Amino acid sequence: MKIRNILYLIFLIFLVTSYLFHWESGEKITANFITFALSMIKIVPVVFILIGLFEVWVKREIIEKHLGEDSSWLAFLWAILLSGTTIGGLYVAFPIAAVLHSKGAKLSVVFTYVGASAVCRIPMAVFEATFLGIKFTIIRLLVSLPLIILSSVIMGKILTKQKFVIKGE
Amino acid sequence: MQFLYLSTLILLVVSFLTNKKKTQKAIKIAYKKFTKILPAFLTMLIFISIVLFLVPQELILKVLGGSNKYLGTFFASVLGSLTLMPGFIAFPLAGILRQQGIPYMVLSAFTSTLMLVGILTFPIEKKFLGSKVTIIRNAIFFVISLIVSVVIGILFGEIGI
Repeated sequence: MKIRNILYLIFLIFLVTSYLFHWESGEKITANFITFALSMIKIVPVVFILIGLFEVWVKREIIEKHLGEDSSWLAFLWAILLSGTTIGGLYVAFPIAAVLHSKGAKLSVVFTYVGASAVCRIPMAVFEATFLGIKFTIIRLLVSLPLIILSSVIMGKILTKQKFVIKGE
Repeated sequence: MQFLYLSTLILLVVSFLTNKKKTQKAIKIAYKKFTKILPAFLTMLIFISIVLFLVPQELILKVLGGSNKYLGTFFASVLGSLTLMPGFIAFPLAGILRQQGIPYMVLSAFTSTLMLVGILTFPIEKKFLGSKVTIIRNAIFFVISLIVSVVIGILFGEIGI
């Protein structure tokens, strides 16, 4: 048996025993686990279906032309716009980033997408603004986005030279 | 959320009507990719449920509420990197913190690292980027979060220059 599976087993036994003996700490951990598992189950399978459809229908040339090595600065705009519609979090952004890269999107654009999907998902930004004010959200976006693009370009340049590839799955 | 379901369903139906074989292939790809990443998700979920138990909201309130704003910013960025919570928990929490008079720069350090830096998402990120690039990406984005906090601090008049 793999170490990972043993860990899962231990965790499961821990959950069941704390449930049986009404151990408060264990019950809290179980509640956390269920909350997060449910919020991910709602999103992740759907995202993978979209990724599957993307893989079979979208032509490589289209991605190469708009997001590939010879694309213009507009590629970064597309990446940011796409990230605005992303939901969930980084755990959703990585599979999408991988499929974009496998279709020919260049690394700097892919990293920009990952970073931007962390900071400017539209529903999240709106939610943030209601709690911390619009000024806060706007400053945060205006400062972090250029830095994300800049660091992505540098990372992309170095890693492309090293022939780095994002693993498909 | 309903929008996501609805649009996926429409795309699936359209895809199926246009080309049955391709659609089956898409589902197969989706299934394969999903099952391959599932263990990493499970590991992450276990980490999250334990860490969030160890770092409850009361503790976050206490740690960030310290009197020194620079120390607060530092602790906030460490907590934000360590934990992972959905927006519907994080931003109301930040709202509470704000009402308690905690500076914007501390809140910014917390929410930015929460979003940009993921120690708990490491098992997933590693699958795609490999350990080395994952560490570099997180380190760079950590620095970006700090820069954002400093700018927020200056523009909200919390850091005098």
